[in-house]
Amino acid sequence: MITIIDYGMGNLKSLENAFQFLGEEVKIAKDSEEIGKAEKLVFPGVGNFGKAVENLKKKKIFSIVGNKAQKGTPFLGICLGLQLLFEKSEEAPGEKGLSIFKGKILEFKKVKIPQIGWNQINFRKKTPKYNLRLTTGRAKILNGIKNGSFVYFMHSFYPSPADKEIIAAKTNYGKNFCSAIESNNIFGVQFHPEKSGKTGLKILKNFINI
Amino acid sequence: MLTKRIIVCLDCDLNQPGGRVVKGIKFKKIKYAGLPWEMAERYYKEGADEIVFLDITASAERRATMIEIITKTCRKVFIPITVGGGVKNIKDAEKLFRAGADKISINTAAIQNPELVKELSRTFGRQAIVIAIDAKRRYEKKKGKITVETAKGRCWFECSIYGGRKFTGFDAVCWARKAAELGAGEILLTSMDKDGTKKGFDLELTRKISESISIPVIASGGAGRKEDFLEVFSQGKADAALAASLFHFRMIEIPELKRYLKERKVNIRI
Repeated sequence: MITIIDYGMGNLKSLENAFQFLGEEVKIAKDSEEIGKAEKLVFPGVGNFGKAVENLKKKKIFSIVGNKAQKGTPFLGICLGLQLLFEKSEEAPGEKGLSIFKGKILEFKKVKIPQIGWNQINFRKKTPKYNLRLTTGRAKILNGIKNGSFVYFMHSFYPSPADKEIIAAKTNYGKNFCSAIESNNIFGVQFHPEKSGKTGLKILKNFINI
Repeated sequence: MLTKRIIVCLDCDLNQPGGRVVKGIKFKKIKYAGLPWEMAERYYKEGADEIVFLDITASAERRATMIEIITKTCRKVFIPITVGGGVKNIKDAEKLFRAGADKISINTAAIQNPELVKELSRTFGRQAIVIAIDAKRRYEKKKGKITVETAKGRCWFECSIYGGRKFTGFDAVCWARKAAELGAGEILLTSMDKDGTKKGFDLELTRKISESISIPVIASGGAGRKEDFLEVFSQGKADAALAASLFHFRMIEIPELKRYLKERKVNIRI
C-alpha cells in the first residue's frame, strides 16, 4: 500500500494511475492521522516552493511529513516534493523547507526555463582515483535502470545538496545537476516517474519493492 | 542533454459519442481515425514523447466527454498529456488536471483575457500552461510590427483566435513575449500558412519566436517529410515538433522518424 500526500500542490491522478497500473493499492492522505499511519509515503508536488510550505503548515502536516521521513518510513519525494526536503530555495527566499537535508534549491541560469522534456539520468561512482561511469544505478530506487535512460522533466529549479554522497543521479541541462537522491529510506527524484514511460514505471516499481 | 520532442496531436470530435479522433480536417470529408484513448496508447507505445488532445468542437456541453477521454487515457499512458480547446477559466482547467492532464493549452481565452494566463500559471505552475498561437504571414507593411525576411519578402505574423476564424491584429512575436512574461511555460506555435500543406514547417516564424523568448517552442503545421522535422529543429530552433494526420495516415512512423533524426545528430529519445 502506497500513501500519496495531498496538500493541494498539483494533480495526483497520474501518480495514482501509475501505481495502480503496477498492481499496487493507493491511498490519498490529507491529514496528519492518515499520513501517520502510512507504510510508504510519496510526496509529490508541482508549483511554488513558498506556496507548498504555506499549504503544509495550513494543513498542519508540515512536521509529520518530515518526521515520517526521518523515522524510517520509505519516502519518495517527486519534483517539488524532493525540493522541499532541503533547507531553502531561491524560489522563495524567506521560507524554510523541511530541512531533512542540508543544501538549497537553485534556479537554472543561461538556459530556457522551465526545462520541459526528456533528459538523461547518469550515474557515476567517485573513488579517490577514478570517476567511473556505472552501467546501472547504484541506488536502490534506480535498480535495473540503465545509465543514460530518459525521463521527463518539468522544472525551473534543482537541488544542490551539501552532502554530495546522497546524489544518486545527475542530469545535464546547461550544467550537471542533481536529479535523484537516496539516503537510507529517503528517495527523491526531480523528474516525473509517472510520466516517464517504462523507465519511470520501473522506478516506481523499485519503490514499491523497497 | 535535453532531447527534442516529437508530439502527436489528436484532434477530437466530441460530438461523436465518447469522442473520435479526426484525421485530415483540412479535407472536406471528415474521416475518423479511431478512439482517442486507444490512439494515445498506440502512440505512447510507438515512442511519442507527448500527446496533445485538441477539442475541435470546443463546446462547453462536450466538456464532460473530454474529461472521460483524459481519464481513460491516463490509466494506460504514462507520458505527458496536454489538452487544448475551449478552456476559459480556472475551473475548466482544474477539471482537466484532476482527470490526469499535465498541461492545458489556451489561445482565444488568453488573448481576450491575458490576466487569465497569470492566474493559471500561479495556480497550476508555469510548466502546466501552454499558450497556443495560430499565426499567419502578413506581407503588407504596418507600423510597429516585428518583421522577418522571407523568400517572398519581409512579413510580420498576425495572431488569430477561434480556431483561425478571427484575426486579432496582434503581432505573434510580441504576444509570445508577453505570454512568457505573464507566466506561460511553453508556446505551441501553429503556422496557418503551412498547416495542412505538408510542405514543411514555417522555419522563419518558428526561429523568430524561439529566439525572442526564453521558454520552449513547439512548432506545428506543415510537417510532410522526415526532413521537415530535421529542419525545424536545426534551422527553426524549435524545442519540439507536433504533427497529426501525418502520423494517423501512417505516412511517417514515429520509430522510423526518430531513428532518422538521431542518425543526423539530433538529440532524440529512442
